[in-house]
Amino acid sequence: MLNKTLVQNPLESEGIYIIREVAAQFNNPVLLFSGGKDSITLVHLARKAFAPGRIPFPLLHIDTGHNFKETITFRDALVEKYNLELIVRHVQDNIDRGDVIEEKGKYASRNGLQTQTLLDAIEEFKFDACIGGARRDEEKARAKERIFSVRDDFGQWNEKKQRPELFDLLNGRIHLGENVRVFPISNWTELDVWNYIEQENIELPSLYFAHWRDTFERDGLIWTADDSIVYRETDETITKRHVRFRTIGDMSCTAAVESSASNIQEVIQEIAESGISERGARIDDKRSEAAMELRKQQGYF
Amino acid sequence: MEVLKIATAGSVDDGKSTLIGRLLYETNSLTQDKLDAIWKSSKSKGYDYPDLSLATDGLVAEREQGITIDVAHIYFSTENRRYIVADSPGHVEYTRNMITGTSTSQASIVLIDASKGVKEQTARHLFINKTLGIQQLIFAVNKMDLISYNEDVFLKICAEIKNLLLTQGIKSTHSFIIPVSALYGEAIAHPSEQMAWYSGPTLLKAMESLSTSDPAANNKARFTVQSVIRPEASKTYDFRGYAGRLNGGNLQKGDHLTILPGLQSATISDIHFFNQSYDKIQSGTSCTLLLDKDVDISRGSVLVRTDDVPELSRQINATLCWLDSNQLQVNRKYYLQQGTKTVQAKVKSVDAVYGIDFRPEASNTDQLELNEVAEVQIALSDPIINEDFTQHRSTGRFVLIDAITNNTVGLGLIRN
Ligand SMILES: Nc1nc2c(ncn2[C@@H]2O[C@H](COP(=O)(O)OP(=O)(O)OP(=O)(O)O)[C@@H](O)[C@H]2O)c(=O)[nH]1
Repeated sequence: MLNKTLVQNPLESEGIYIIREVAAQFNNPVLLFSGGKDSITLVHLARKAFAPGRIPFPLLHIDTGHNFKETITFRDALVEKYNLELIVRHVQDNIDRGDVIEEKGKYASRNGLQTQTLLDAIEEFKFDACIGGARRDEEKARAKERIFSVRDDFGQWNEKKQRPELFDLLNGRIHLGENVRVFPISNWTELDVWNYIEQENIELPSLYFAHWRDTFERDGLIWTADDSIVYRETDETITKRHVRFRTIGDMSCTAAVESSASNIQEVIQEIAESGISERGARIDDKRSEAAMELRKQQGYF
Repeated sequence: MEVLKIATAGSVDDGKSTLIGRLLYETNSLTQDKLDAIWKSSKSKGYDYPDLSLATDGLVAEREQGITIDVAHIYFSTENRRYIVADSPGHVEYTRNMITGTSTSQASIVLIDASKGVKEQTARHLFINKTLGIQQLIFAVNKMDLISYNEDVFLKICAEIKNLLLTQGIKSTHSFIIPVSALYGEAIAHPSEQMAWYSGPTLLKAMESLSTSDPAANNKARFTVQSVIRPEASKTYDFRGYAGRLNGGNLQKGDHLTILPGLQSATISDIHFFNQSYDKIQSGTSCTLLLDKDVDISRGSVLVRTDDVPELSRQINATLCWLDSNQLQVNRKYYLQQGTKTVQAKVKSVDAVYGIDFRPEASNTDQLELNEVAEVQIALSDPIINEDFTQHRSTGRFVLIDAITNNTVGLGLIRN
């Protein structure tokens, strides 16, 4: 009896199709791995795309030095478990070399500094395609981006001259020195990612689930109290709160939310009920209305 | 949940972005922080109402000029289904971006400014929808507030629309004409009190009635090979699979296949996906096929059922939409990409160009300008599947790529 039909989520099918196109069209692709749920989802899609073979490209982590320790532990365990190839480059090295200057003061963050480290790594390894986990529903500049997004020699996004992208026909032809940023989960919403994580039983860093943490409050948001990384005024007092993170970036720019969700179902429930968007907890977007677009023009993800 | 991909169309300033913003607002899809941001920039512009077009105009240049330059993809859902909206630019100059947004959609909302009526851009966008095979259309006659919600003006515009459909020979499977005000939310999600004379569905209700089924599902099975998966040989296990996606129809274990373009035959011995074996796949599935014998298959090969082998050809006729500011040059070398296959191509002749009224006019030009659409003949370095776009939505389409700039310069729909 022939009755076992492969039923696939259309988003998964599209994501796998895109990842396979990258492997086939480029000489030297890389997957940008941040340790967050979106890039963990990408790794899962890539494993599915090439099974029983190995993922035919490495992961690149730009380590700002401000990561949560849970992120690094998780990253190393993932690499070990699935026999992945990992490259790490450090923002600290750029700071030490004097290529970039560390921000100071209350809102200091290394988020913007990552761009330089990323561009250097692209040049060092001659990567021609960088797969990223950005989604169009996250932010209004991202809503405008193609799935294959061409960047010039300086890594810049020219938002007014994007190539037409028709149907599922992805054109990865580029000139030497250019690279393409590829976004296989462009069409997923935050809830799609969570539902997929649940459906596939994908492991996540413990940060995504409610836990006790030393925190302080600023501008109505909850921050991790870690004085070696996150600047804190003397009157910003430390309180233990039961929190989880909805998105994971640097400790200095990712706020926590109070939560009692201890598993994926409860997280999904809380997200569905909350009236705030995911990036509402990202201070890096709040700097100005065009913060994301400006960073993209300079070569950010 | 079902997904409907829908694009906007219509002339510049007809209110596309405002309409999408309004839909987001009415379906409670704007989170508080996004609403706050919209209010903040609206106030800084001196408005005393939220400028909902700001929910989608995401680029600095767009906000400064108050126009849409490139497509924004917007996501929202109702209780019944999820929507992916491609909010497209209305300006002629950015038609290629509008085509980008429309190409992945199953339906379109065509906006018309009630105070201005049907315009050339309306006709152009309708023509593009027709060319891309979009059969589900909703006409939203917007800014009814500017004409005091007058029924006679609306009826006059309805007549103009019907006339346009007739001239372009469009027989859409679903079409609606709905009077709305995006700015004030009339007939968007709730029946309009201002237009008690209108008894048809609201915009959202019409959207909910459109079909979400994959238009290619009824097409014949074409399995497009992206790559060959051959893990480092281990002693116990010899795996050679063809990774790709099935476009149209379904396939199952034991099916006899013909491999294009080589015309060899083989039988599906297994359907593999993530270390599991399956019996059957449906249109749209990404997986890996295993065959009963080693045949010459590589990226760009297409696997079809042996009882249904389409014609291959090195000469094709196509409707070509030109998308580049550099003109098309007859006899210049381009790359043609169909599915995952790329061949070299030269346009040998331009037989007709769509001119005024978007009717084909015989021509012997050897150039095409940005945004022109024409019937052309193309010669190829290697054979491709010559299947009419109306017969197969996936194999019937291709792009042309400039061999020097690498840009995607043309969109072709095969006419056979
Ligand atoms: N009076 C009135 N004005 C409207 C309505 N809908 C939109 N507008 C106004 O029309 C102008 C253009 O609206 P947009 O939504 O930016 O138009 P658009 O169609 O997206 O423009 P492009 O994308 O650049 O083609 C803005 O000033 C809107 O406020 C409406 O229903 N009534």
